[in-house]
Amino acid sequence: MTNSTHQDSTPRSDNAAGRRRIAQRVEDIPPSGIRKFFDLIAGQEGIISLGVGEPDFVTPWHIREAAIDSLERGHTHYTSNYGTPELRKELAAYLERLYGAKYDPQSELLITVGVSEALDLALRATLDPGDEVITGDPCYVAYFPVVHMAGGSLITAPTTMEDEFRLRASEVEKLITPQTRALLINNPSNPTGAVLDRATTEELSEMAARHDLLVIADEIYDRLVYSPDEPFTSFASLTGRSDQTIVLGGFSKSYAMTGWRVGYAAGPSDIISAMMKVHQYTMMSAPTAAQAAAVAALREGERDVQEMREAYDQRRRLLVGGLRRIGLPCVEPRGAFYAFPSIMPTGMSSEEFAERLLTEEGVAVVPGSAFGPSGEGFVRCCYAASVEDIEEALTRMGRFVERHSQSR
Amino acid sequence: MDDILRILEQDARTPPERIAEMTGRSIEDVRESIVTAERDGILLSYRSQINWDALGRGDVHAIIEVRIAPQREVGFDSVAARIARFPEVRSMHLVSGDYDLAVQVTGESIYAISNFVASKLAVLEAVQGTVTHFVLKRYKEDGTLFEAEDESPHRLPVSM
Repeated sequence: MTNSTHQDSTPRSDNAAGRRRIAQRVEDIPPSGIRKFFDLIAGQEGIISLGVGEPDFVTPWHIREAAIDSLERGHTHYTSNYGTPELRKELAAYLERLYGAKYDPQSELLITVGVSEALDLALRATLDPGDEVITGDPCYVAYFPVVHMAGGSLITAPTTMEDEFRLRASEVEKLITPQTRALLINNPSNPTGAVLDRATTEELSEMAARHDLLVIADEIYDRLVYSPDEPFTSFASLTGRSDQTIVLGGFSKSYAMTGWRVGYAAGPSDIISAMMKVHQYTMMSAPTAAQAAAVAALREGERDVQEMREAYDQRRRLLVGGLRRIGLPCVEPRGAFYAFPSIMPTGMSSEEFAERLLTEEGVAVVPGSAFGPSGEGFVRCCYAASVEDIEEALTRMGRFVERHSQSR
Repeated sequence: MDDILRILEQDARTPPERIAEMTGRSIEDVRESIVTAERDGILLSYRSQINWDALGRGDVHAIIEVRIAPQREVGFDSVAARIARFPEVRSMHLVSGDYDLAVQVTGESIYAISNFVASKLAVLEAVQGTVTHFVLKRYKEDGTLFEAEDESPHRLPVSM
């Protein structure tokens, strides 16, 4: 997912007349490392998957009930392109409650089809051809493709296990060129689970302002942070928040609503309005019933968030403790629902480890290399799984690691 | 201690070692907390919920509305305690409204429950009247759905 990997692009699929059928821009995108595992798993029995990227909880009933009610009332039409007024009003109140951040629900909030669309819109609304976007490495697998499709290039600042995968402002600053347009920051991080501390968040924000850069803060995991003594610092919460900060969030992870496809962007009105322009011609509006469900989530879902967060936290300790016990060094992930252990004691590459673990022990994990070169030597393990599955996966992985550490 | 109790409430079989890891506490701390909670009457029992109906040998259940005359000094408590001691009584609550005690009873047959009401419950001096509702079907008990559709997640095995 980096500039280096996209060089070895797949051969052009020219038709007989010699005209290209698939756009070069899309051809440039290498096949997803995650997709490959999907195909490997298909048809295998008894797999325990730590390869997922979504909650194992089903959406709380009162939220589902709100969508059913919305359907019963016949709310089956488009909504405002910005999203329903109720949802934007609730969202503004929620962001103020959580982060003390004030956003005008009329002009500074946009409801999108998941945070994925919000990210795409933010990039398409702000990037010109050749603009560079800086992010940390390893990073979410969609970052390279979406930046590329928006005409930009993704430049990555390496992070290391020794430094707990922290994104350092100094490392980012080294990469700034006249072409740099934005910092794209996934906080908490998928795949590493790293969470920026307040000082770093402020430092990155100030640095961006100094260089006149946009900050696109992908905070989809904002409610899944497990350090009571250091509460999460949203870019939205910074007092000196620049008018070039776009905060992206959603309901998928906090409220177990991945399938509903509803997310949001919060930012200055000119950028939100530009994003809306793209959104209105490509999506029109987020699903109406899903927006009704999101209103219920914001109004009455706080308890659900806390309960699920506690459950993830318990499994997080279980998985991280277990990984360390079986001999895989693992930084304590402070957010999201992923552990990112090193598999270097086995001497295998990430991909080899993941493939052999799947075929030999029936446990699915995602090779760290799918998230960028700094992810090589690691695998992503999701702990949004039942306690029983985590225990069983650890037993199988322990067997696997022992077998392969001895043989080398 | 709440975190330990919530884990046990979900699965009473969770061993102390696992609870310790899940909560970030020491095993000694977990063991001690459990002993204390048991001693203080907070952690009452470790029982299984069994759907006997599914085996086709379900007992008969009834909900009985009981009107009782409160007594000087002790109010409802004294007679309530007497009723609650009967092993047929599975749960019992003092409630507001048209009657006083909502009593859930279980017996091996309709006859056994009728017999309990007629010969043990209604005859108590403080009991002024009873209305017995036999349970036709149980849908949910103590937070557990009996015939829930499978809500285990239908997730893609690998996703971004």
